[in-house]
Amino acid sequence: MGQTLTSKREKNALVWFGQNWIFLFLLFLVILFSFVGRGFFSPKTLNNILISSSPALLLAAGEAFVIITGGIDLSVGFVRGLISVLSAIVMRDLYALGYSPAFAISVGIIVGLGVGLLPGLVNGILVAKFRVPPFIATLGMYGIANGFALRLSQGFPISFVPPQAREIGNGFIAYWFPGKGISFFAPPEGISGAEVRHIVGIIPYSILIAGVIIAVFSFILTRTQFGQHTYAIGGSIDAARRAGILVDRHLIKVYMISSFFAALAGVLSVLVFGNGAPTQFASSLELFAVAAVVIGGASLMGGKGSLTKTAVGVFILSVLEIGFLMAGVFPFYRYIAVGAVLVFAVIIDQVMPELVYE
Amino acid sequence: MADQKVPLLEVKNIVKRFGGLVAVNRVSMEVYPGEVVALLGDNGAGKSTLIKVVSGVYPPDEGEIYFEGKEVKINNPMDAIQLGIETIYQDLALAENLNVYSNIFLGREKLKKWLGLVSVLDHDYMHDESKKVLDRLGIEIPSLKNKIKMLSGGQRQSVAISRSIYWKAKLLIMDEPTAALGVAEQRKVLDLVRTLKDQGVGVIIISHQLYDVFQVADRMIVLRRGEKVGERITKDTNSDEIVGLMVGAELVEDSKGEEV
Ligand SMILES: Nc1ncnc2c1ncn2[C@@H]1O[C@H](COP(=O)(O)OP(=O)(O)O)[C@@H](O)[C@H]1O
Ligand SMILES: [Mg+2]
Repeated sequence: MGQTLTSKREKNALVWFGQNWIFLFLLFLVILFSFVGRGFFSPKTLNNILISSSPALLLAAGEAFVIITGGIDLSVGFVRGLISVLSAIVMRDLYALGYSPAFAISVGIIVGLGVGLLPGLVNGILVAKFRVPPFIATLGMYGIANGFALRLSQGFPISFVPPQAREIGNGFIAYWFPGKGISFFAPPEGISGAEVRHIVGIIPYSILIAGVIIAVFSFILTRTQFGQHTYAIGGSIDAARRAGILVDRHLIKVYMISSFFAALAGVLSVLVFGNGAPTQFASSLELFAVAAVVIGGASLMGGKGSLTKTAVGVFILSVLEIGFLMAGVFPFYRYIAVGAVLVFAVIIDQVMPELVYE
Repeated sequence: MADQKVPLLEVKNIVKRFGGLVAVNRVSMEVYPGEVVALLGDNGAGKSTLIKVVSGVYPPDEGEIYFEGKEVKINNPMDAIQLGIETIYQDLALAENLNVYSNIFLGREKLKKWLGLVSVLDHDYMHDESKKVLDRLGIEIPSLKNKIKMLSGGQRQSVAISRSIYWKAKLLIMDEPTAALGVAEQRKVLDLVRTLKDQGVGVIIISHQLYDVFQVADRMIVLRRGEKVGERITKDTNSDEIVGLMVGAELVEDSKGEEV
């Protein structure tokens, strides 16, 4: 009796560890780099991590939906670049024609998000109706999106978007000026040059945008029928079909969610960097997105995964990147670390027991 | 005596071809409410193809289907489900990554309003309703929150059957329901079939285990190379005769069954 009780408690502990280790791991990394990285644990660095993670968070969240259905979307990185270029061109040209910054930026965002649904529609139709394997269908879109982005941009960043774009992308909900109080939505006025350094930003807009959107879609995934069907399709596409779920239509929607998130990431990158740029080949954004989703507990076989944990996966990758940089470690170690975490995540997933209800 | 009632299902002269191969050749059969009909035959005889015609997987090339006396067209699985024809396939058709009650409600989830705004899954309702149907059928599963992949073969089969029952199947089709099960679990499934029969459900069962079939079936239909070669009332026949029909030993065909 005592024997079985302890072993049960041990098993529950293992189940808990299997489900929550990434939260602990992220905490561990933050603490570690706070000690070894100069100036890592500062509002400025932490805000940098949040801002630079925002587009990656969106890419990974969209990717998670696709991976849960048992598919993969390799096109997200280049769709992001294409939409970044496209929306920056719209913003730049409208602004140059004399329209107001607000109008130019809004139209740029709307056009970018609207066009951003198309790659997903095409991917979804190829996968669902023409039974093209997701790897191949989205690899095709990977090339097409990149080609269009390079054609539109001639390979150069699109500059001269309204400067207000950057203010949104790098703005904060609140600004704290130590000793002089807090101001909302804009930095406090009347602060001279050197003192600006002391202002502490609280909650960047970019992370707020990404966070709210991810929270909404996480709700959809975990609480609604749409989410349930997403998991069911990943678990057994035949079971889903025979249960009367309209699988083809559902898959098309999921690939559209993925490319919509990629488009959001593209638009957000224009706001953060103040220009639109095609995605560099070497950046392998889609692979980092897949890695974050898998670190977050998903399986490429489909049927499981979580947006919250995917977000933690993204933060782990960002903290590794910025932490290594600030600790003065050669950048290539970052790739080794990411690879190691990925393998570790998969092993944990394999060896830790599943939760069993009595 | 069954002939005085209207058959639940009647198929007439069903033909299904795959290219040049005639998988089912002018087969007719009927099933009455509360009756268990076994479909027997060697591998490749056309049993699975025949039931897939009824469950909407393959539309027939020729022939008619009547359900509760009315002619029906069954073009896809949804058509069959809406008539009250539920099928349990050899490979079960459960989503292993979802829990028991989610599978029972798969595709027909019960929803409720969240904050009066959005429709969300009503887990409590689905859990409790599933528990009721499992209890009614005498199925014991420790917790309905467990994923299907944590269950034994027999428990999975029971979940699949419960799903059909919950959704008010009038006709339940089972393709090799006991093939992958241990002895005790096989017995459970056969008990379940008897329970359904008592509740007036019609059952078509395909099985290689003649012993099982003799336990539960009221009537047996034997197919060979796509054709119906015999039909017997269970209590008027024996396994030698049935095996003879299955493999084609013509000498036993003179007994009292109504041949085609
Ligand atoms: N989808 C299909 N395409 C082509 N031939 C098939 C298909 N399904 C079944 N058949 C053929 O039809 C015949 C009957 O098969 P089946 O109905 O599965 O037999 P049983 O279930 O009695 O073993 C076999 O010769 C089989 O090879
Ligand atoms: Mg078969």
